[in-house]
Order: sequence, then structure tokens, then C-alpha cells
Amino acid sequence: MSDPILQLKGVKTDIAQYHILHGVDLDVPRGAVTMLLGRNGAGKTTTLRTIMGLWKPHQGEILLDGAHINGLNPAQIARRGIGFVPEDMGIFSDLTVEENLRLAALSGQPIPERMDWIFAAFPALKTFWKSAAGTLSGGQKQMLSVARAVVEDRELYLIDEPSKGLAPAIVATLARALKDLKNRGATILMVEQNFSLAKALGDHVAVMDDGRIIWSGAMAELASDTNLQERLMGLKMESAG
Amino acid sequence: MTHAPTHAPTMAKLTLAERLRPWMPVLLVPALMVFGFLTIDSSSSWLTLTVSGLAMGMMIFVIASGMTLVFGLMDVINFGHGAFISFGAFVGTSVLLALGAMTGVPSLMLNLLAIAGAVLAAMVVTGGMGWAFERVIVRPVYGSHLKQILVTMGGLIVAEQLIYVIWGGHEIVITRPETLKGAITFAGAALEKYRLLAVVVGLAVFLALRTVMRRTKVGLIVRAGVENPEMVQALGYNITRVFVGVFIAGSALAGLGGVMWALYQEIITAHMGNEIMILVFIVVIIGGLGSVEGCFIGALTVGLVQNYAAFLEPKLALISNIALMVAILMWRPMGMVPVVKAK
Repeated sequence: MSDPILQLKGVKTDIAQYHILHGVDLDVPRGAVTMLLGRNGAGKTTTLRTIMGLWKPHQGEILLDGAHINGLNPAQIARRGIGFVPEDMGIFSDLTVEENLRLAALSGQPIPERMDWIFAAFPALKTFWKSAAGTLSGGQKQMLSVARAVVEDRELYLIDEPSKGLAPAIVATLARALKDLKNRGATILMVEQNFSLAKALGDHVAVMDDGRIIWSGAMAELASDTNLQERLMGLKMESAG
Repeated sequence: MTHAPTHAPTMAKLTLAERLRPWMPVLLVPALMVFGFLTIDSSSSWLTLTVSGLAMGMMIFVIASGMTLVFGLMDVINFGHGAFISFGAFVGTSVLLALGAMTGVPSLMLNLLAIAGAVLAAMVVTGGMGWAFERVIVRPVYGSHLKQILVTMGGLIVAEQLIYVIWGGHEIVITRPETLKGAITFAGAALEKYRLLAVVVGLAVFLALRTVMRRTKVGLIVRAGVENPEMVQALGYNITRVFVGVFIAGSALAGLGGVMWALYQEIITAHMGNEIMILVFIVVIIGGLGSVEGCFIGALTVGLVQNYAAFLEPKLALISNIALMVAILMWRPMGMVPVVKAK
């Protein structure tokens, strides 16, 4: 495994009176896709939101490129080079597609070359460029959410369940775009319930349960071992496709 | 893998009613004017009342625009907003009284310069007050509406007492600058010069705010922040700084509105801001929380309804604005131009 761009060491997060993360240890290698898998309620979304600073850990360390980022606010963390696609997409419904993307471009206007890539990956965004984002379909909103995170190069992308509730054809479009992003050398930490998509994109995998990482390793290892999948996630996964 | 659909939009032909629906709030103001024209016998009276209503509406808009953004963006119910109106009026009036040599001569240039000085002083003082108010009073109670109501009411009382300490407990009479006294006659109607100026200033503030909100990155951040402040932070923008900036701007606008209202009423009291707040709340609610456009339409509607009702049925004027609010909320429960979704 190459040097980790992101490290979590014993991270514990509480939400109100509930203990959600019970000491997460995770290394996210640079230039690869790490999938975060696990049952509902395992703590995957909380892990991403804790990294992003949206929930504060009460114990543990989070290091981005060797520097502590726990204690920073989400804006400071984002400006350290993290692009975030939240589970609920976080689209600004009253802003147009253009305005959503312009807002995400921290350096000012979106770079034309990057916009060409986004339009090639998600043609719908070009079609509805001047439309309010709230009028888009669920799949188009997810495309916009991903496009917003990748509108500029980031050190690390945190993507939370991009395929959730989407039709297979839309998932395929998203998968192609994310694969293309991976091929450009991006580092991605992605939460995903769709194991086929996780398998297609992931290089590494960490499996969570009850607020802890219970297994981590190469995706190829998990994908080839159905018994391990069943033991870790309690589900019998298909071995292919 | 299969390919995603092409997403080519298919458009149904909309009926006239469907095409007009998004514009209905905008059409409300001209519709009210037409209603007034048809029900008021004399066209000159109608013109006078209409200009008067628009001027009143513009002043309320200037005061309420900051309040709606603070309400929408920060989810803060600031009953202390009235303090900024009163302080703006007192500071502005003090400057105007000090510049009596400029306001007492029949020179439009000198008169406007004096007003500009008064407005600038009022906005600087109330903007500074807004900064202090946010830091000391509002920041500890973000997220708790009940506490916000209590502490901002407390802040309002303290600010009113400060006015008594600084300016005394009596009313102050302020006369308008020489060139803004009296009226001009147009189409047989007497139109007060000051009200015409108020319409121009209100319109300028609306256009400036709209330009900032629609054409600039700051406006984009504020509009996005009204809808989803957490995501704005996750995109790399410090929402706390935006909050503070909006609070200061909103307080400064209230100060500007205070000066305008002082010159409109020609008399100021420590509790004048508190009295206007009822109208401000009505405008913010019927306009739609967080919406500058809604606030503008709501303020003009309130101004026109109040003036027409006072002429047509004086007793009705007492409840006209409450009745208007009830009617609009029955028509559009989230306000005319809703921006903030239920939280």
C-alpha cells in the first residue's frame, strides 16, 4: 500500500448521547479508491462526516498529508483539498446547475477543460445548465453533486453512497465517471452499499461494523472470497458482476 | 453496462394560467394598483395614495431586507432589529441637526449631501451595533428560537434605554431639508417630494441587493447558505463569517431605514423601531423567509394596502395588514417567494 494521504487513529464520535464511532483506525492510500463498506448503522456516513469536520470527534486523530485536521472547521478542511459528496447530495435546489458548480469552484470560475470533462460524463448537466437544480431528477442531482466535488482537482474525494436509490442506467453513468476520475489518479474514499459498484471501482476496502473497522485489505481479496463477505457483512454477495 | 438515458427534456405546452403562476406574486402589486384605481373615485387621489403606499413600502423594504436574510440564513429571530432602526434614526437625526446649515438652504446638492452624511453615520453606527449584537447576544443562542426571542427582546430594551441615556426621554422633531419640503403637482395629484425620494432610494437598494445576490460570489454563498449552510461549509466557505457579514449588513440597512422613517414621520422616539417591527415581521413572513424579492413585493403590498384601506375604509386600516397576511398565507403558506424550506 502506498503512503496514506489520510489516516484515522482511534477516532471516536458521539452524536448527542449516542456513541457512534468507537475508535476508527483507517489508512486511505494516495492515488487509489478505498471503499468503506458495512451494514446500515455501522458508522460509515459518520466516519465521512467526521473527517469533513461536520461532526467533531471527541477522541482520536485525523491526519491529512500528515497534518492534524481534527479541530478544524469544515471550510478549513475543504480548503485543505477535500471534495465531499454527501449522502443526501446537498444540492442547492434554488440555485441553477451553473451556480451550483460556480459555487464549488474555490478559485473563481470552473476551469473550461474540467467542464468539458464533466459535460462529457454527465450530458444532462449541460442540457439543464440554466435550470434550477431542484427541478432535476434524482439521478441528475447525484450527477451534479459528484460534478460539484470534482469541478476542481482535490487531494481527496469523500463520496457517500452515490448509487443510493438510483436506476441501474444512472448508476452506470456515475460508475463510468468515477472510474475515469480514478484513472486520472484521484484518491477516493467512498461509502457504498452496492457491492458490484464497489468491486468495480475499489482498490482497497475497509469494512465497518458497530463504529469500528473490522477488516481492511485489497478489494480483490474480499471480492474473491464469498465466505469472507458473508462473515463481514452478513450478506451473501454475488461473486460476479 | 447499459447507457443512461439522454436526458433530453420533454416539455408539455403550458396553459396561460400555468405560465403566469410563478409570476403571480410579482403581479400582485400592479393588480392592487388596478384595484385601487377602480375603487378610488378620483384619479389624483389614487395617484397620491399609490405614491404614498410605494414610498412607505420601500422604506419598510429597506428595513426588512436585512431581517429576512438574517432570518433565512441564520435561522435567527431577531426582535432586536427594531433597536437598529431607532438608533439609525437618532444618529441620522443628530447628524442632520448638526448639519443645519446644509439642510436649511434651498440647495438640492447640499441637502442631499447632508442626508448622505446622516445615512452614512447611521449605517456605520448600526452596522457596528449589529456586529456587537451578533457576537454578544445572538451567537450564544444559535439554534434556540425561544432563547433568541428572549435575549434579543432584552437587547432591544437595553438599546432603547441607551437612547434615553444619550438623547433623553423626549421626542425629537426633525424637519426635512428645504428642497424636500412640500409637494410637486403631477396629473392633478400632489406628490410629496420626500416620498418620491424614498421610492428612488428603496428601488436603488432593491436593485443593488438583487445584483449582489444574483451576480456575485458573495450573493451566491448567501443564497446557498439560506438553503443549506452545512453544505456551504463543506464546499470551503466559512459560514460564520458570512453570518456575521449578513448581520452587519442587515443592521446597517435597518439604520438606513431608520433615517428614512425619521424624515418620513418628522418625529422620532426611542421605541419607534419597536413599533415598525410589526410591519417588518408581516413583510418578512408574507414575502417568504430569506427572499429579498419576496420581501420587496411584500413591503410594497403592505404599503399599498395600508394606504388604500385608510382612504376607502379608515376603520379597516387597523386590521388591513393582519388580514393581508392571513390571506397571503392561506394562498401561499411558505410566503410569496419561499426560499427557506421547513427546517
